[in-house]
Amino acid sequence: MHFLTVSGPPSSGKTSVILRVIEALQAKQKKIGVVKYDCLMTEDDLSYAKKGVLVKKGLSGSQCPDHYFVSNIEACVSWGVENDCDFLISESAGLCNRCSPHIKDITAVCVIDNLSGINTPRKIGPMLKSADIVVITKGDIVSQAEREVFASRVKQVNPGAVIMNINGITGQGAFELTSLFEEASDIETLKGMRLRFSMPSALCSYCLGETRIGDEYQTGNVRKMES
Amino acid sequence: MHYQDLVLQPLKQLLADYPWLEDFFGSFGLQLQATEQTLQQYLDRLDPDHLLDLGISQEQLQQSLHDFMAGMLALDEAAEKVESLTIIGGFDKTGSAEQLELTLKPGEVICIVGPTGSGKSRLLADIEWVAQGDTPTKRKILINGGVPDNKWRFSTEHKLVAQLSQNMNFVMDLTAEEFVRMHAESRLVPDPEEKVARILEQANQLAGEQFKPDTPVTSLSGGQSRALMIADMAILSKSPIVLIDEIENAGIDRKKALELLVKQEKIILMATHDPILALMGDKRLVIKNGGIAKIIASSDAERKNLSRLEELDNTLLALRNRIRFGETLEEL
Repeated sequence: MHFLTVSGPPSSGKTSVILRVIEALQAKQKKIGVVKYDCLMTEDDLSYAKKGVLVKKGLSGSQCPDHYFVSNIEACVSWGVENDCDFLISESAGLCNRCSPHIKDITAVCVIDNLSGINTPRKIGPMLKSADIVVITKGDIVSQAEREVFASRVKQVNPGAVIMNINGITGQGAFELTSLFEEASDIETLKGMRLRFSMPSALCSYCLGETRIGDEYQTGNVRKMES
Repeated sequence: MHYQDLVLQPLKQLLADYPWLEDFFGSFGLQLQATEQTLQQYLDRLDPDHLLDLGISQEQLQQSLHDFMAGMLALDEAAEKVESLTIIGGFDKTGSAEQLELTLKPGEVICIVGPTGSGKSRLLADIEWVAQGDTPTKRKILINGGVPDNKWRFSTEHKLVAQLSQNMNFVMDLTAEEFVRMHAESRLVPDPEEKVARILEQANQLAGEQFKPDTPVTSLSGGQSRALMIADMAILSKSPIVLIDEIENAGIDRKKALELLVKQEKIILMATHDPILALMGDKRLVIKNGGIAKIIASSDAERKNLSRLEELDNTLLALRNRIRFGETLEEL
């Protein structure tokens, strides 16, 4: 089973890009599963189900979304294998820019949009900087020169990645992206694998539900701004 | 210079030779100082905890540096010259063969016509992807008569195709001059300041209304934006093929714009339904049902009509200007 992790800032167009790729894969009679990770709620699972693909939805609720992701992804891969999927795609949003769901030896895709500002590529951590494929969306809204400038800023922070412009609405470029999905990592299990980069750590009183503000309530792994 | 040799150079020397290194490290939140220590020493002394906070590992930083350098050095290499582009027909949506082999040369302008949804964008996408029978149309694209290197597909340094889309909005918060400079710098062109000045001057020659270098790109009119993008493409882009998705007839001298691109010895493919632009082209590809149904060469009779069309267009333009300057149109 081909397995890929797709991540990116909220509203960058991850679901639209994946839907366009699904259409191209379905034209080739491939069986596809999608795992959608979100925090509070999502209706994207319905968009996927409408396409006739297998969907699993995971809501992290009060837990850190990326910690929740890594605690569940192995079982999701087994689920995809048990259901004889040819492709399994996990979709998760990078909410704090320091998190990343990407796994060593598993094809990693980051979706980022042209409207997010020229400094955004620098602000996103391993989710963008360690991805194998960077998909840039919403190119139809800006000019050629702006697309080029934005792509060069992405290339600066991840020069090894394949960078592609995809239109999530018309699907322009999705066929080409699909050819990369077909070359994605082929696995049966995630057993023994590792994340590409550690996740931000905490474990302080606030992780455990503390709401009061003040030094006396702060215990555990706490860091202070330099004065 | 190879990566292995480069990292053994002192930073002072490196920053003088490759000023983009400073910006590269800056993009990871790291600051290079022009000192006598070598780049390798600098990398080795980076604090792992600091890197962890920045969200990058030592190994990945070095890999990125390696890849980035390779890309930057590739920008200096002369791109392979494109002498011809050949489209070998595939099939339309009904499965009928297109049965054509069309070779285009630099300086040619080819118009693509056909109703919305007929497959114009797919044709442009086939060219951009340098299709080898692996797209839904099964078309094949040859460069200089042969199957081109796969690098055209993914390279950001040597892109085969530059696309001028219909949409010319800007979202970046920069002045026209700052924007063009940033674009020039990202392409590592020699003498960026001279290029920036030329682009702004050209753009103002194309635009109906003048703009200043310090005009924010977000306040440019539609015509001014198009003029700026065409001048930018003509002067900065190394891509040998230009795809244009219609040049709207407002606030820009379309004839001059097209001439400017033709002068750069580019192969121009333009989706348009504008009679003036269509007649300025050498050939028209008629797209129907996803396939190229017909190729029309612009005839002499059509060319003769071009001057009449231009008169009509100028008349309308003059009326437009009268409206703009507060005159009335009681007498035409």
